[in-house]
Amino acid sequence: MTALAKLARTTAFKLTLAFLALSAVSSGLVLGLVGWQVGAVVDQEMTQTIEAEANGLSEQYDQGGIRRLGLILDERSREPGSSLYLLTNAAGETLAGNVARLPDGALDRPGFIETPYETVDVSTPGRRALARIFVLPGGFRLMVGHDLRDKARIGAVMFHALAISLFCLAALGALGGLLVSRRVLRRIDAMSNSSRAIMAGDLAQRLPVSGSGDELDRLALNLNDMLARIGELMAGLREVSDNIAHDLRTPLTRLRNHAEEALRASGDPQSYRAALERTIEESDSLIRIFNALLMIARAEAGADRAGMSEFDLGAAINGIAELYEPAAEEAGVDFDVRIEPGLRLVGNRELIGQTIANLLDNALKYGAGDETRALPAPGAAVAPPRNAVSLDVRRVGAEVEIAVADRGPGVAVADRARVLDRFVRLEGARSRPGSGLGLSLAAAVARMHGGSLRLEDNGPGLRVVVALPFSGAARQLPAPAATALMPALS
Amino acid sequence: MTSMRILIIEDDRDAASYLSKAFREVGHTVDSASDGVNGYDLAHDGDYDVAIVDRMLPKMDGLSLIGALRAQKIETPVLILSALGQVDDRVKGLRAGGDDYLAKPYAFSELLARVEVLARRRPKGAGEETHLRLGDLELDRLTHKVARGGEEIVLQPREFRLLEYLMRNAGKVVTRTMLLEHVWDYHFDPQTNVIDVHVSRLRGKIDKDFATPLLHTVRGAGYVLRDSPR
Repeated sequence: MTALAKLARTTAFKLTLAFLALSAVSSGLVLGLVGWQVGAVVDQEMTQTIEAEANGLSEQYDQGGIRRLGLILDERSREPGSSLYLLTNAAGETLAGNVARLPDGALDRPGFIETPYETVDVSTPGRRALARIFVLPGGFRLMVGHDLRDKARIGAVMFHALAISLFCLAALGALGGLLVSRRVLRRIDAMSNSSRAIMAGDLAQRLPVSGSGDELDRLALNLNDMLARIGELMAGLREVSDNIAHDLRTPLTRLRNHAEEALRASGDPQSYRAALERTIEESDSLIRIFNALLMIARAEAGADRAGMSEFDLGAAINGIAELYEPAAEEAGVDFDVRIEPGLRLVGNRELIGQTIANLLDNALKYGAGDETRALPAPGAAVAPPRNAVSLDVRRVGAEVEIAVADRGPGVAVADRARVLDRFVRLEGARSRPGSGLGLSLAAAVARMHGGSLRLEDNGPGLRVVVALPFSGAARQLPAPAATALMPALS
Repeated sequence: MTSMRILIIEDDRDAASYLSKAFREVGHTVDSASDGVNGYDLAHDGDYDVAIVDRMLPKMDGLSLIGALRAQKIETPVLILSALGQVDDRVKGLRAGGDDYLAKPYAFSELLARVEVLARRRPKGAGEETHLRLGDLELDRLTHKVARGGEEIVLQPREFRLLEYLMRNAGKVVTRTMLLEHVWDYHFDPQTNVIDVHVSRLRGKIDKDFATPLLHTVRGAGYVLRDSPR
């Protein structure tokens, strides 16, 4: 495509052309209107002149009859720049005047006519006149007229003016259009070059901004903002997928190592079977890790908003508590549950339930009497105190707090932020089964609900508090006094 | 377990042939289709006890297929298999007319247990019996009373629901996940032994003083409530 053709295809150029056409039509209209008006004025003036002359001639005729009229006409005809006159008798023969010929029958109808004529002296063809015909007694006809040359001349002048102005308009418009579109085209070209570079992978590139603050600048600024936002999102996405890839590599390696080990140690079917079973077990745990990671990622992205609905938090958590109660008792743990009734919450019941289940899991696992933990209490080394796990759900101001507390070693203040990260497992926990994702998921679920998760000292032990904004509009249904506090389950 | 006619609609040929083989090994008859349209035709004309439908299928996706079947008043129980395991995906699947939902990857024992429980529901409209009986164990759903050999056994509400679910599926293996789903209405994977403790407590109440145990553990799968040892 040549540069000119490219220029001609720009919107700016097409717009210029359209405006050009519009102004040409309007100036044509204006000039046409003026011409028409001028013509009308000329016509009117001519008519008035003819009328005045006819009045004068009529007086002469009244005084001296046809003879006098003929003399006067001859006299006037000889004056330079005179009007046009013709007087004929009933036979149609010319008696006086400076008009040689009129078309046949032109003298028959009285009144104004526009007609071609020929003069006596110079016979220039194609002349036209505006004339008034009078029919006099005795078959005499009188014509008083004016040549139309002046009017035609004015029309020609007007036409010239129109032609010249149209030409100038077209030339200037085309030039302006080309200049404007070249300017716009240059900026658009710069923008599309930048965007091509961005598409080619240079995501740090931004569209040029001229600084004039015009509409192209505004567009470029908006697009740049959009690019920045996309960049942020992509970085976030990349981080999540990098993390997932990294996080899955470790268990995958373990799985592979075990399979390889089983192959190397050529054994009996029995040991192969055991190795296979172990492989399935490991892949199951891999899937669990993957699901948990996915859930965390989705909760962090707020993607599970669709699964939110209003539910009775107390009933939901009570179900989880009932689920864990026998296991706690089996493990010799005092399990104390206090749930404030009538707390309704808008959220994802499944995720919240699973979060609390994870926290109870942790409390039972790590909060149980552990021989390795340092117990400052004298005499405790003989018989570690019985573990106690509590689950508390209550309303605190604008929030609902779900607290799971144990009497285990707790988490040192320095480790509290770190332990919420994925796969972080503290010393002493590594020897036990677990993925290190439970608290990460709990924190992500809390954040997804607009709440937070914090770790506190239970003196001794750990207290995990999930605080969720209380969205249930506090519709505290008047609960029967008997259920004011659900009794501890154990 | 009586033999069932199972329809598998799954576009992954490996998975389909693995499932067909596994179901045949335990004595069921299997047909399979590899796309949604073919699957719909088979499900429409064939008299299957249960259909296993993959959610993402060529030509017609799983949920539309189920919707089309239900619109035709074909009430074959459907289990949806899906790689989408999130909570709302599950809800969407059940709302579309599926009867159960299992996320990939799954253990075959889990799928088998769910399919067998699902197929039992076939005579629809028979109504839920109010009185369940297995050998000398009786459960009344209206009075919430349980008795074995005429002697009343006192159960906690949650234990009652556990036993009720086991009795309604007597003779079928139920997995831990199924118990968590039907007794607690939660759909996550119970990672610790919480369910086992509940079952062993229940076992302590209904089997302890009796010669024939009814509640059996099926290794690697779950539990079964059965009258006579197989």
